[in-house]
Amino acid sequence: MKKKYRGCGFGFVLPSLLGVLLFIAVPFFDVVRRSFMKAASGTWAGLSNYRMVFSNTAFQTAAGNTLRFEAVCIPLLLVLSLAAALALYGLERHVRLLKSCILFPMAVPAASVVLLWKVLFHENGLLGGLMHLLHLPGADWMNTPWAFWILVFSYLWKNLGYDMVLWLAGLSGIPISLYEAAQADGAGRWQCFRYITLPNLLPSLFTISVLSVLNSFKVFREAYLAAGDYPHESMYLLQHLFNNWYRDLSMDKMAAGAVVQAGVIFMMVLLLKRAWD
Amino acid sequence: MWKKLKMIPLAVLVFVCVYPFCFLAAGSLMGKGEIQECLLAVMGDAGGYAHFPWLPRYPTCQSYVEILLDSPEFFVMFWNSVKLTAGVLAGQFLFGILAAWGFAKGTFPFRKILFTFYILLMMMPFQVFMLSDYLLLDGLHMLDTHRGIVLLCIFSPFPVFIMYRFFHQVPQALVEAARLDGASQWQVFWHIGLPGGSSGILSALVLSFLEYWSLLEQPMTFLKSKKLWPLSLYLPNIGLEDAQAAFAASVIALIPAVLVFLAGQDYLEKGIMAAAVKE
Repeated sequence: MKKKYRGCGFGFVLPSLLGVLLFIAVPFFDVVRRSFMKAASGTWAGLSNYRMVFSNTAFQTAAGNTLRFEAVCIPLLLVLSLAAALALYGLERHVRLLKSCILFPMAVPAASVVLLWKVLFHENGLLGGLMHLLHLPGADWMNTPWAFWILVFSYLWKNLGYDMVLWLAGLSGIPISLYEAAQADGAGRWQCFRYITLPNLLPSLFTISVLSVLNSFKVFREAYLAAGDYPHESMYLLQHLFNNWYRDLSMDKMAAGAVVQAGVIFMMVLLLKRAWD
Repeated sequence: MWKKLKMIPLAVLVFVCVYPFCFLAAGSLMGKGEIQECLLAVMGDAGGYAHFPWLPRYPTCQSYVEILLDSPEFFVMFWNSVKLTAGVLAGQFLFGILAAWGFAKGTFPFRKILFTFYILLMMMPFQVFMLSDYLLLDGLHMLDTHRGIVLLCIFSPFPVFIMYRFFHQVPQALVEAARLDGASQWQVFWHIGLPGGSSGILSALVLSFLEYWSLLEQPMTFLKSKKLWPLSLYLPNIGLEDAQAAFAASVIALIPAVLVFLAGQDYLEKGIMAAAVKE
């Protein structure tokens, strides 16, 4: 009986798979091929495009910023959203309302918040006014290294609710009986958290990290809309760089850069996938 | 005591999350004079700091009237956003549901590997495919068209990934029983898969809508003609000099997303959570 159904279901996947292959995979492999060629003459160039990318100072800045951004944001988001999830988990009332409010930034299009950004982070803006009121030094936030932290804040603002819901899903999977047993044995609040909650959340951690990284690429929207093509150096991301390459039609660099980035993400996903399964 | 204390950071968090909406709503209801007075410090070099009231002193709908009645280009942009979003969602819906069902309940060879391939593609940021997308659209003569943008987005693996999780939860026994009773592949999908995974389909749609309503990267790169731009590209180009229009336009751009959010919040949450559930 089983034999009869071998190969079944492939017909469902086929249309999508053809689309993915034709419109995503094949063009990308063409780019991989191009990354070893000179775009102008179409001759073999070996690794020279890659050398050009790696020695490009703009690439070094952008890659460094992007890595730094991930390294700062992901742990920060994971911890804050877990804290929010824990705070919400124990509540009896208003949970739905609170969840709606915290998820709300997800629905706000980047283009709509940009206005607030401009008013908030301008040198003479609302944040400056608040700092002045508190007798703290102000700054031209968007044009100093603070710009990086504005980007971090914006990412946290947008994704905290998303990750919080993910943590809540993880928390609700932990059987209450575990806590009851631990409490019967005299475990305190902290011990319960340390020895029951954390270990049980570990499987969720990997998924949540992957999705947080995925969402972190979208922070470019706010960055670009608020600060344009050439923002302060501290928030110059790989996406900015590619945009500028695109405008200059630097095909060689774009091809090699795309392959490098795809390679890095490929390795990362495979590593995480190991942990995931 | 502990319970009371933890309400404080939660309240701060809620404030931070909701304030932008209040800010935009208040600003959009102000008259030209009031808004200019508030934002004077930001717009020119008047010195001092900008301030912003919680509620407009003299509320008026003037800015909405102006943007809705007197600026036809706004309608064009809004309509562009609608067209792009609708096109992408329809395409994703069509191809995605089938693929997700196939991956969840199919038994064909290389199923796992192919699905991993989808997840891999899902993780790639836009700039990885920027050049290949450009070459593709150039080859198909679809640069600077809405069709081109839609084509790039409908094969996004993300909705497949979300719907896969839901289809996976449809009991295998049910599927097997239907097959034993002689149901065809299509009948199994239609009568068991679709009803069983309907909340997954809605979840994926809500997530996709929020994503594509504020789509920026592809239109910015591949749409040259201003008349094709979606709202998300047009809004930031309204300078602060025209703050009144910027506020009203921002709120109007926000409304469809908020409506979908409010109507689909349960599905949104389910969709987010689906990814966290281990198989």
